[in-house]
Amino acid sequence: MTGRTRAIGMRLAQTVPVIIGVIVISFILTRALPGDPAVYFAGAMADEQSIQQVREALGLDKPLVTQFFLYVGDLAQGDLGRSISTGQPVLTDLAMRLPASLELTLSALVLSCLIAIPLGVLAAVRQGSWVDHLCRLLVTAGVSLPTFFTGIMLVYIFYYLLGWAPSPLGRLDFIYLEPPRVTGFFLIDSLLAGDPETFAAALRQLALPAITLALFTLAPIARMTRAAMLQALSSDYIRTARAAGLSRSKVLFGYGLRNALLPVVTTLGMVFSFVLGANVLVEKVFAWPGIGSYAVEALVASDYAAVQGFVLAMAFLFVTLNLIIDLSYALIDPRIGFDTK
Amino acid sequence: MLSVTNLSVSFRTRRGEVNAVRGISFDLGRGETLGIVGESGSGKSVTSYALLRILDAGGTIRAGDVTYGGVDLRAASERDMRDIRGREISMIFQNPRAALNPIRKVGHQIEDVLRQHGRATRQDARAKAIKALADVRINDPAARYDAYPFELSGGMCQRIVIAIALACDPKLLIADEPTTGLDITTQKTVMDLSRDLIRARGMSSILITHDLGLAAEYCDRLAVMKDGEIVETGIAAAVFAAPQHPYTARLVDATPRPGLGLRDLLPAKARTPLPGHAPGERTLVQVRDLVKTYPGKSGPVHAVKGISFTIREGQSVGLVGESGCGKSTTSSILVRLLDRTSGDILFEGVDIADIPAERFVRDKRRSQIQMVFQDATDSLNPRHSARQTIADPILRMSDLRGARLTARIEELATLCGLPLPLLDRFPHQLSGGQKARVGIARAIALDPKFLILDEPTAALDVSIQAVVLNLLADLRARLGMTYLFVSHDLNVVRLLCDHVIVMQGGEIVEQGPTAQVMDTPSHPYTRNLLAAAPRPPVLAAPMTDQPAAQ
Repeated sequence: MTGRTRAIGMRLAQTVPVIIGVIVISFILTRALPGDPAVYFAGAMADEQSIQQVREALGLDKPLVTQFFLYVGDLAQGDLGRSISTGQPVLTDLAMRLPASLELTLSALVLSCLIAIPLGVLAAVRQGSWVDHLCRLLVTAGVSLPTFFTGIMLVYIFYYLLGWAPSPLGRLDFIYLEPPRVTGFFLIDSLLAGDPETFAAALRQLALPAITLALFTLAPIARMTRAAMLQALSSDYIRTARAAGLSRSKVLFGYGLRNALLPVVTTLGMVFSFVLGANVLVEKVFAWPGIGSYAVEALVASDYAAVQGFVLAMAFLFVTLNLIIDLSYALIDPRIGFDTK
Repeated sequence: MLSVTNLSVSFRTRRGEVNAVRGISFDLGRGETLGIVGESGSGKSVTSYALLRILDAGGTIRAGDVTYGGVDLRAASERDMRDIRGREISMIFQNPRAALNPIRKVGHQIEDVLRQHGRATRQDARAKAIKALADVRINDPAARYDAYPFELSGGMCQRIVIAIALACDPKLLIADEPTTGLDITTQKTVMDLSRDLIRARGMSSILITHDLGLAAEYCDRLAVMKDGEIVETGIAAAVFAAPQHPYTARLVDATPRPGLGLRDLLPAKARTPLPGHAPGERTLVQVRDLVKTYPGKSGPVHAVKGISFTIREGQSVGLVGESGCGKSTTSSILVRLLDRTSGDILFEGVDIADIPAERFVRDKRRSQIQMVFQDATDSLNPRHSARQTIADPILRMSDLRGARLTARIEELATLCGLPLPLLDRFPHQLSGGQKARVGIARAIALDPKFLILDEPTAALDVSIQAVVLNLLADLRARLGMTYLFVSHDLNVVRLLCDHVIVMQGGEIVEQGPTAQVMDTPSHPYTRNLLAAAPRPPVLAAPMTDQPAAQ
């Protein structure tokens, strides 16, 4: 197992240069953005002098290199700066909004996996049957319908026409109080607080946006499951297992699916990273106070600290996520960690 | 015990129904070993899958009866079939590494079978699996229990596959090309092991193989298949000694074995006299202290450890050894696709080892040293027609263009026995033998002096191998080329080469004239290799009145 431990250690060490690179690039990118934040925040009535004052207050008059080192110094102390549009420290803003996005994305992914993986397996096992065609239909629909459209459709049907869903405004209806903050995930926090009513309310709010996102992520996962499963089922070891008289479920799940899961896990990681960044539209449609809408607002306002904080937070998330995927891959596949040089 | 009558199997494909097996019948008695022999596409594997009803998708049994111990296997329910598979009839496969689940410990894979058939409980499964491993003579079975297939050699993997197949004491073992892709000595160990186990347990078995020699050595009776039909059955020795059907006769002829000449492999009417072959005296290639070391995870890997040899002009040198002995590394370095760690390669007296492999492509000697690759399919660009493939080296290395280029390509095709209308076909439209011809035509397009052949016939059926080997002999005589023939098959090397180099573990253990090395081997390793080659029951004297041609 020492080779494996070393491989995992190596993998961890690889994340360091990535993080450094992201810090540098996010800094440079935000400076390259058009627009002058000093002008924006001095207000419409400001004259040349007050703009200059704002600029000095923000530290924007110093050379870029100095600005960068000041920024890195602050980062080292865990200070991401203060957002000039919300007036709050960026760290506080992110801590408020990131869980909202994560809760939405994770529940969407869990939902989508629960549907896509069995669907993909069924489509592979009964290739050419109606399940296979249904799978193809869902996959095509899932990718071709943009999320804002499905979101609005769902709102129209389930809120406006049927009245089953609550108004699509945020994470919790205004008549409920936010549960005491532990993880920032309302579903978990409300359960921890022993408050089933709030849990139900949070779930109702979450349902439509999560379904919207799940529909979108269904496609790649179902497709990959189907393809991987087809490949696994046509391999030699499946024939060996069948020739040895193993039961159908053992052949399909013990031998086929476990091997097919390897590429599915990889896809899952990619889909997750992608969705976390791309769910801005869903957040906008459902007035979800997530990190995506926060970033867009900050970007429009040339709010350097907030944008940098967002990019950094996302980069950390991606790196952590890829790490988890790689490590779980190593858990499923014994060959990993020995083959790598 | 097993009785097959009039079995037909067909596959649904895009181009309609394909009849893979057309009404075959055979019986197998208790304790008997039947060999089903045929070339690729003869339907021999499909037959075995049909017996166990594990045909791939699209395959169905069209007609016929399969009875095993009084049970109609065709009518049996899927649940009954599952009980029969593994417990009554087992199967082992070719390519053992792929036949095992890559991400499951081998011990667990054996336990799966034991527990499926109620031969073990959760408590004693481990002990029984370890016993099954010990039964197939795996050293330290308790430690191997926790191994994954990728940690084991091919021979070890095949033993595991056998352990899985025999775990539940079946009465019949079907072995589908069990040793294809394994080294010759491993082949012998695996075959001997399975024969011993089958005898000790009083089992019957069916051996499916393309190798008539192997089948004749290990089977009581043979059934020869061609295009989905059995053309001949009989006692193994009798089939081999006096084949009744012309196809069987052709197969027997094409099986290389001691005492035969190259032309003897061909059908009797195609046996033209073999052109004379006399190596010159001048040295063409001299290799001195060649060393290749690869960086590895656990220290450097010494692939080639300081070997020296000389190849004279016009000589055909066989480089033999088992996988991992360094023969492929040596040939890649000689053809200058790989850089050596140290040592000299003198080509016509000039050292070419110092020219880096990536620059050698622009060296004028590139056209002098060419290669024929092992896998005729994988070494052709699937999007190039045969004509483009053969033209490729000419366009790169010479200034032949237009009508003269076309003429040259057609000349090469004729030389290699490739019908001209096939020149505009793509690799997937050509047969294995035709692809081999394209590969050879490409290699000789620039009139090389030195041709390196890396197991050029390993992937071919024996009858096609016979034709290709003879083609190589003819080309050698026509063009005066020097060959380095890399192979693991000593019988093939014996036919084509004047000089043999035997490698083991990166070193040359023996070299000398073919007859000397083959008939009076001095090194124990060479003796081992020679002893491992399948020995057909009747070592027939040459079946024609022609003397052995070399």
